[in-house]
Amino acid sequence: MLRAVFLYALAALLVLLAGCTDAGPAGREAAGNAPIGGPSGTELAERQVLHRGNGAEPQSLDPHKSEGVPESNLQRDLYEGLTIDDPELGVVPGAAESWEISPDGTVYTFRMRANGRWSNGDPVTAHDFAYGLRRSVDPATLSNYSIMLRPILNAEKVIAGELPPEALGVRAIDDLTLEVTLEAPTPYFLGVLNHSASYPVHRGTVEKYGDRWARPDRLVSNGAYRLKDWVMQSHIVLERNPYYWDNENTTIEEVWFYPIENQSIELQRYRADALDMTYELPFRQLAWLRENLADDIRISEYLGIYYFGLNVTRPPFQDNVALRRALNLAIDRELLTRQVTNAGEIPAYGYVPAAAYYEQVVPEWADWTQEERLAEARRLYEEAGYSPDEPLTVQILYNTHENHRTIAVAIASMWQDALGIETELVNQEWKVYLETRRTKQDTQVFRAGWIGDYNDAYNFLEILHSESGLNDPGWNNPRYDALLEAASREIDLERRAQLMHQAEQLVLEELPVIPVYFYVTKRLVKPWVGNYRPHVLDHVQTKDLKILKH
Amino acid sequence: MIRYALSRFLGAIPTLLILVALAFFMIRAAPGGPFDSEKALPPEIEANLRAAYHLDEPLVQQFGRYLLNLARGDFGPSFQYKDYSVTELIAAGFPVSLRLGGSAMILALLLGVTAGTMAALRQNSRTDHAVMAVSMTGISIPNFVMAPLLILLFAVTLGWLPAGGIGDGSPRYLVLPVISLALPQIAYISRLTRGSMIEVLRSNFIRTARAQGLPERTIILRHALKPALLPVVSYLGPASAAVITGSVVIEQIFGVPGLGRYFVQGALNRDYTLVMGVVVFYGALIILFNLLVDLVYAWLDPKVKYA
Repeated sequence: MLRAVFLYALAALLVLLAGCTDAGPAGREAAGNAPIGGPSGTELAERQVLHRGNGAEPQSLDPHKSEGVPESNLQRDLYEGLTIDDPELGVVPGAAESWEISPDGTVYTFRMRANGRWSNGDPVTAHDFAYGLRRSVDPATLSNYSIMLRPILNAEKVIAGELPPEALGVRAIDDLTLEVTLEAPTPYFLGVLNHSASYPVHRGTVEKYGDRWARPDRLVSNGAYRLKDWVMQSHIVLERNPYYWDNENTTIEEVWFYPIENQSIELQRYRADALDMTYELPFRQLAWLRENLADDIRISEYLGIYYFGLNVTRPPFQDNVALRRALNLAIDRELLTRQVTNAGEIPAYGYVPAAAYYEQVVPEWADWTQEERLAEARRLYEEAGYSPDEPLTVQILYNTHENHRTIAVAIASMWQDALGIETELVNQEWKVYLETRRTKQDTQVFRAGWIGDYNDAYNFLEILHSESGLNDPGWNNPRYDALLEAASREIDLERRAQLMHQAEQLVLEELPVIPVYFYVTKRLVKPWVGNYRPHVLDHVQTKDLKILKH
Repeated sequence: MIRYALSRFLGAIPTLLILVALAFFMIRAAPGGPFDSEKALPPEIEANLRAAYHLDEPLVQQFGRYLLNLARGDFGPSFQYKDYSVTELIAAGFPVSLRLGGSAMILALLLGVTAGTMAALRQNSRTDHAVMAVSMTGISIPNFVMAPLLILLFAVTLGWLPAGGIGDGSPRYLVLPVISLALPQIAYISRLTRGSMIEVLRSNFIRTARAQGLPERTIILRHALKPALLPVVSYLGPASAAVITGSVVIEQIFGVPGLGRYFVQGALNRDYTLVMGVVVFYGALIILFNLLVDLVYAWLDPKVKYA
């Protein structure tokens, strides 16, 4: 009897397992050796469904209440700003079909598309955008990214609660004409208009459901896709918005976003064909990937900088530029990017990545050999008052992560070898690390990174403005502040670029931050995902992609 | 029995209150707050956010407010997942966790008790050694090692089963997570059953039953199994807790949208209300499990009386 029960249990398990062999993991196995996209290479698959890894669970699908990259990826498919940032063409018309800018660069007049529609069929009007922008800066919305709209007239005062949202420099002249007045000419302003803080929201829906409108069966959006399903911690499904103005040029019918935080787990799902695109690559498995999935690896430039911040409000870095320079020169960035990060990251000699309309600063020492750099580093180290007998002891703070640890260890050993510096590595969990960094009490050297919100050098430079809430090195240079303020008011693009260039030079002379490398985006993309175009801000919109026959 | 159950139930309230207080003050003591991010918020906005979530009030007042809301069954809004309340998140996640954990426990009981009994009946035979060797392996290999191995074999290499997620909700998505979660429990339960079965089989009443010439099957099923299961039943309380906490890892690896993931993510995001909600809910659940186990125990063993 017992044996019978045992056998029954085993049999049940086997049946359970066997019952699952009817199809591949997602029912999408590659069919034999047929070339992808058929003989022409462009033939489309019958099922146009895309499965994307998307990092973390989004905080919200309300564009005014979220800030992370996973949220942006989803919202870029759901909503459409006045402009779109195209990988090849730069800023192109989105919900607005055209615009005019006043000669002094402070008044933008947008012409809306007459055929713009919300996902419920309602027309998208200038009033919707005016409502959206006001809602975004309204303190009652509790938006954590409204500061992006700071260039708009009175935005800062509205955010601070000093003026009502109606005072924002935004006006719908008629259904199809929107006028936006700025505080000062802001050359990157069109780029801000494809950020989620500037997306429109459907007034009727928001007013009907209050805080709980961004859910399936409620959410109304104006982008190429609309929300179909949302299972927290599992997946979000978007389906094509049939009312979208460019629906006929959209190919993919449905896109599934999966919140998978662990890169190894994501890789396994990708290998089992449950994902067509990953969010990231596991850093440690890069060599294996190069050997086994070389064709699927997509690495491209990303507008971001990985750097080490130095707390210049306290010793040893306070008023000790020589020491900061010595530390900067003792890092062998070529070796680091080749041997440690190893995914094509670009050694950073300057601070600002390759942003639009901007010529990066290349310091003189970038052309030196590593020996020359080390000789100068040693000289500066001694000038700063240290020697191998009386070495500097310094702490490097980083947020707990395998990659950051590896990089910190590598840099610590470079400093040790070149100058005899003794380092102590301190890792803290993310929120603790942020607080430690911000208080500027205990930090000496801290790892940091910054990814551009829009494609402009100012984005990176403003962090180091003395009044910036992000200035964790605590650097305060009035000349730098003045240069940035001049740049923010300059209409002439070339002159503006020069002002920013001078500002970056100041950063590199005084080094409140030590640039390490410029980021790259790295992910796996199945060969049957057609028209995948890398973008410097990683704006990959599903509406541009297609699934080829495979 | 009802009186016993009721008094146990009331006795659980102070335990739960202590748990709520501990969890509340511990999560608040952690450095960093729910609204800290790399992009610093303008002070006005931060003040607005803190006011909206009552974080600007004195801590004791916040605790009082929390208890009052809790008494009304309101766990508050999630700080991180702004489109949902904590109650909604628990309501969505718990059935998934229950399905996963429940299936794992049933599988573990079925296989564990059967294997353990077989091993006991054939003590020191090959079957016995094989069962014990397999269960030792099950206990030794942690499920965060076992789960990726299972995915590699059944999803990546053989392509029989999904690598994770819940897809369209079909049961095949649960096969690997359930097995991963059940394996260590199968191992424990089979060892427990074996040990206690061997002991029971040596006792006088079994000898008497044999002397009466009863068939072996009747002896095992009608007389030996019930007392032999007592240690297994008392293990069920902690086992249910282990399955729930173990599911944190399994849910993460397989992308199963259960409650377990909120535990970890809530803590990392300093999502105070979410962490509290999950702790209180789990706490209540474990208390309930232990109560049920005691009741079943009393039913199985006539020597146990409701005091």
